[in-house]
Amino acid sequence: MTTPAPIQFTPTHQMPAMLARAKDAVGVALVSLLLGIPMIGLHTVDQGGVLAVMTRWPWLLAFVVAMFVGRFVMQFALDHVKLNKAKRERKRPEVAARRPWLTWLGRALLGFAVVLPIAFSGNRYVVDTATTVLIYVMLGWGLNVVVGLAGLLDLGYVAFYAVGAYTYGLLSTHFGWGFWETLPVAGALTASFGILLGWPTLRLRGDYLAIVTLGFGEIIRLILVNWTDFSGGPNGVTSIPRPTFFGLPFSPSTDETTFSSFFHLDYSADHRVIFLYYVILALALLTNLFVSRLRKLPVGIAWEAVREDEVACKALGMNVTNIKLSAFAIGAMLGGFAGVFFAARQGFISPESFVFSESATILAIVVLGGMGSQLGVVFASVLLVLLPELGRDFSEYRMLLFGAAMILIMVWRPGGLIAHREPTVKLGRAPSPVPANQGAQA
Amino acid sequence: MGQLIQQLINGLTLGAVYGLIALGYTMVYGIIGMINFAHGDIYMVSAIIAVTVLTLLGSLGIAAIPLSLLITLAVAIFFTAVYGWAVERVAYRPLRGSTRLAPLISAIGMSIFLQNMVQLTQGARVKPIAALLPGGFELFTQNGFTVHLAYTQILIVITTVLLLCVFSYLITRTSFGRQQRACEQDRTMTSLLGINVDRTISLTFVLGAALAAVAGVMVTVYYGVVDFSIGFVAGIKAFTAAVLGGVGSLPGAVLGGLIIGLIESFWGAYLSPAYSDLGTFGILILVLMFRPSGLLGRPEVEKV
Repeated sequence: MTTPAPIQFTPTHQMPAMLARAKDAVGVALVSLLLGIPMIGLHTVDQGGVLAVMTRWPWLLAFVVAMFVGRFVMQFALDHVKLNKAKRERKRPEVAARRPWLTWLGRALLGFAVVLPIAFSGNRYVVDTATTVLIYVMLGWGLNVVVGLAGLLDLGYVAFYAVGAYTYGLLSTHFGWGFWETLPVAGALTASFGILLGWPTLRLRGDYLAIVTLGFGEIIRLILVNWTDFSGGPNGVTSIPRPTFFGLPFSPSTDETTFSSFFHLDYSADHRVIFLYYVILALALLTNLFVSRLRKLPVGIAWEAVREDEVACKALGMNVTNIKLSAFAIGAMLGGFAGVFFAARQGFISPESFVFSESATILAIVVLGGMGSQLGVVFASVLLVLLPELGRDFSEYRMLLFGAAMILIMVWRPGGLIAHREPTVKLGRAPSPVPANQGAQA
Repeated sequence: MGQLIQQLINGLTLGAVYGLIALGYTMVYGIIGMINFAHGDIYMVSAIIAVTVLTLLGSLGIAAIPLSLLITLAVAIFFTAVYGWAVERVAYRPLRGSTRLAPLISAIGMSIFLQNMVQLTQGARVKPIAALLPGGFELFTQNGFTVHLAYTQILIVITTVLLLCVFSYLITRTSFGRQQRACEQDRTMTSLLGINVDRTISLTFVLGAALAAVAGVMVTVYYGVVDFSIGFVAGIKAFTAAVLGGVGSLPGAVLGGLIIGLIESFWGAYLSPAYSDLGTFGILILVLMFRPSGLLGRPEVEKV
């Protein structure tokens, strides 16, 4: 009897020869040359009503060289990463790494968010930008329910945002409704819109749903642009009243009790900015709390189950359409809340704010952050709002980089930056504390 | 009566263009089961290339219409096909075997990327171009309303019908068509039979892009104005056409395109021009609700 020899694992990714890499890079350079000729090499310019073709050969050359070098370096780095990954994977225990530092990072961020207006009290611009970030965080968390948890691709999310914004805009300007009264009404209205749209379409397959939601977003925008009597058309709704502090308005007037006179403060325009910041912070935190609680309830577990395997869920007798509908309605409602806040903060809304690229931005936030990850949404919102603010030249490249980032992240990590694909609740024995700690250190 | 016939002609022309784009959608959807969201933007790239080539030909003094049309078509098809190939290679191939959502999101990313790339490199302004094929027939005049049939309209409809025949032949009769249909049914089995699945899929994307290129050139010649944003709406409408006709069916795509074109044209003329897109989206939702397999498609069985 001979004992079987232990199986030898050879690394699957060996470093390819330099020549092969150079060849590969030349191929990429050639394709980029072909791609670049009609777009970079040649371009048409309007010269007094007549088009003329101009050339930019140096740019094309730079592009091709950049692609060649980039591909070469990237291959080199990728091979290293793969080699190391193969080595690491053989060493690593089978326990999924838990990341307690993420929780601490989340708490630190929360602390920072709470003290931000005090730390930057003199700087209105910072607080304003932070408010914008928080609006996107809230929208991202709302869409995360639909895309990240239930796995439904919604390309018309901005429609719910628009419904919320117009609900407040119209109710407040025509009927004098306040911000806080409108909030629940707008939430209910957008949720019903979600159900109205979801009811016929949620039984469809994922990619059909994407197109239908996109169509719905466009329909809402078309109606807002064209139904002038109702929505004010392209001019939108103006002079929307701002929210008050429990009935105390933020204004410099002296003949009524205002926020500043009630608290015996000197009037400052900053009060309202800071107040608005805390309102959206509270709304966003409520959203977070709401969603993270929902995830642990049967409905949240069902969302993730449907995302992972719809056919299995059907076989188990779950009503898949209703489960999806609930995710859709709750996502829509959260979008509606964000819309109400948006209208109250801007004081002016028009269909311009609710175009498809806005939907794509919110989706990019969810995808970049990692579908299903609450913290990832925060990082992605900060990134996507701050980057264009940092430089004016950058802003025109913003959408280009968006697109590129969406592709790259999908190719590199289909789960997003902070992948949270594992279901919140799992069957089976809870892992014993020892391997969990090991995993944390790894 | 006069206006009715005129709208019929315009609608059929518009529908033929949608049909051409929808053919590409349907072929790609058939083989990898995924909406190539960037397809509309491939069509836009082709239209921009066509403007460049036509302007270049004009400045070189080549004025013969058939010659410049053929050169434009050839150049646009070539470069657009490279774009189609590159899009598949960069954004879709690495994601094969991933979740359903991942390639769709990278496709949206690709669509945004292409649109902004063209906006940055070619400028955001509308590009007007002189009519390449002006004139047409005046069919009849009734109550002071003359019904026109432009040469370009005839050209577009004939091209679409011709390409539909060619591609139907290609898919049903040739070896490539058999490989393509085999990949559609079972990719693993197909590769076990010695067929290069990656190459077949790449070739499908190249052919789809070539069809979009033809549509782009035709639209440039027909309307004479092009900009970086035409791909989005045309893409959605062509997709609606593909769904309406039944995804995976080539005659269905063209039929769906014609129906969408007619609806848009009549809706715009008789109901309200502002809401003509509403008709398209409404139809899309209705079809998906009541007949998800489309007019000529086969019902889809979900495999576990």
